[in-house]
Amino acid sequence: MSIPFIMFFVFALVAVGGAIMLIVAREPIHSALCLVLVMVALAALYLLLGAEFISAVQVIVYAGAVMVLFVFVIMLLNAGVEERTNFSHMAKYAGLPLAIFLLFAIADWMANSAIGATVANGAGAPNQAAVSTRALSTMLFQKYLFPFEATSILILIAILGALVLAKKGAE
Amino acid sequence: MTALAYLSWFERKIIAHIQSRWGPYYVGAHGLLQPLADGVKFLFKEDLTLPTADRFLFILSPFLALSLAMTTLALIPFGPATVYIFGQPTQLVVANVDVGLLFLFAITSIGVYGVVLSGWSSNSKYSLLGGLRSSAQMISYEVSLTLSVVGVLLLAGSFNFNEIIEHQQGYFRYVPFIPRWNVFPQFVGFLCYFISAIAETNRAPFDLPEGEQELVGGFHTEYSSFKFAMFFMAEYGNMITVSCLATILFFGGWLSPLPDGWTWQQYVPGVALLCVALYLAYDTVRNMRGLGRIQLTVVTLLAAGIGLLCLLPAVAPVILGPFWFLGKVFLIIFFYVWTRSTLPRMRYDQLMSFGWKLLLPVSLLNLVVTAFWIVMRHP
Amino acid sequence: MNVVPISYYLVLSAILFGLGVVAFVFKRNIITIFMSIELMLNAVNLAFVAFARAHNQLDGLIFVFFVIVLAAAEAAVGLAIVITIAHNRRSLNVENVDLLKF
Repeated sequence: MSIPFIMFFVFALVAVGGAIMLIVAREPIHSALCLVLVMVALAALYLLLGAEFISAVQVIVYAGAVMVLFVFVIMLLNAGVEERTNFSHMAKYAGLPLAIFLLFAIADWMANSAIGATVANGAGAPNQAAVSTRALSTMLFQKYLFPFEATSILILIAILGALVLAKKGAE
Repeated sequence: MTALAYLSWFERKIIAHIQSRWGPYYVGAHGLLQPLADGVKFLFKEDLTLPTADRFLFILSPFLALSLAMTTLALIPFGPATVYIFGQPTQLVVANVDVGLLFLFAITSIGVYGVVLSGWSSNSKYSLLGGLRSSAQMISYEVSLTLSVVGVLLLAGSFNFNEIIEHQQGYFRYVPFIPRWNVFPQFVGFLCYFISAIAETNRAPFDLPEGEQELVGGFHTEYSSFKFAMFFMAEYGNMITVSCLATILFFGGWLSPLPDGWTWQQYVPGVALLCVALYLAYDTVRNMRGLGRIQLTVVTLLAAGIGLLCLLPAVAPVILGPFWFLGKVFLIIFFYVWTRSTLPRMRYDQLMSFGWKLLLPVSLLNLVVTAFWIVMRHP
Repeated sequence: MNVVPISYYLVLSAILFGLGVVAFVFKRNIITIFMSIELMLNAVNLAFVAFARAHNQLDGLIFVFFVIVLAAAEAAVGLAIVITIAHNRRSLNVENVDLLKF
């Protein structure tokens, strides 16, 4: 039981616990905070996997900006306590067993297929250091330049769309 | 944490002197015991918790704010990477992370939650409005804060703090008495950074969300005693963090402005502290009576003792880095307090339009010009 | 040597994705449904990073970068739509937004 192992389990438990709390929470603001917890736990897991830059970007952009936007909207709309829903009977009685069956099927495939075995044992990954930002940015701006420019146009469209929707709502 | 308490004393004194008055003078000699008195007052005040507030979030927010403000201190290097204290190589930084700068920004991003959650959980309209405004301001200026720093990153080529500081060694080629600190080539970047930092930490002239005349106190209206003290300390902690960051990125961190060939400069910290001790001794003899005399004598002896300690040959080279670092941080905090006491408050819409319409394009322009310059120099 | 086998990360990613789907199906507040979409995207990001580590290539990390950017853009537009709907329907319950139902 080495330290990385223990850290993985701790952060994995935090992530899964946060996701379960997101489902169980009665107020949307608590769900939002649980999601922030999940994102921070995932950022820690990315650190364990050696992706330092992505971990920092996840916290700065995802947990620090996108979730703040969610929290703003919840506060603006003053979303209160959620009402109870009438689940269909099928969902209540067959849902959970089906989910567990799906999980076992995926785990079985991963354990028994050819690709799954090589991936699972990390055979393609000798002892590596953490990924350097320089290598990442070189690849981003050389091999993936076109998607990069396309996403910048996408963000521009998103900003314009949000502006138009906000203006319409104010009338 | 003691530094935070005394920072409040420092700030009140400076603001007062700029405004032609004395500031805290009564409690202890020169008001030096004022933070202690304030701390005791905070501990004894009644700790109200509203019945209609969201209990968990209400208690969580100040803790979150304060702990994040303190966590950033682990990443900051106070001196060169390996110094030899009594023959043992040690590092003057808690965590020398390769992407240290990004982590610092990540921690400040999470700091927005302390503000917005405190506004929401207080369940009062002043708090909610103050919290929303304050956090909107923080996330807006966070963008220009990050962009204004990228110029420095392009020049230094790394996110690691030690490498950024190493890059700033030496002197310029044509002007040999100016050290190669990043503030000189990146002056626009430094200005953008400083203004964004003032807005990011909710300080005047950008402190409308917590302005006393406008919103009764903004997001910390409903907090009392220790939780309020924690918000207070978190604000000062954030101020110290951004000042440390400014020092590292723009002013050369722990590098000294004097040339490295002047070996006598390792006695500068000791001599400076002894001068301070001498001035304090003069003040004690001349102006103080009674209890103030005893207190100031204690402080004088403390300063003299530390000064003599810094002159020892074993300690002197080690203390040089931290001395310059703390000196520069001190200077930047002085600028912070100076702007607070002289500039009037900006209105909220002026603030937001300034951030998005002026500061962000200027930061981007700085980035583009720096990138061009680097490409032209090293094709 | 990787101390934690990559399959552990993939199982965690599958569990998180499944929980995201559960939240998406069973919750009735529009904003919570959006958050479950973000949870699913995060689970996929974890799988990408794990595979990038497993195959020792950086392409997985570039994908993560783009997924984060896309999620941010989608959240912005989606929340703008949610605010408009909330103003028009006066409620945040998805069961009230059923004008197109037959």
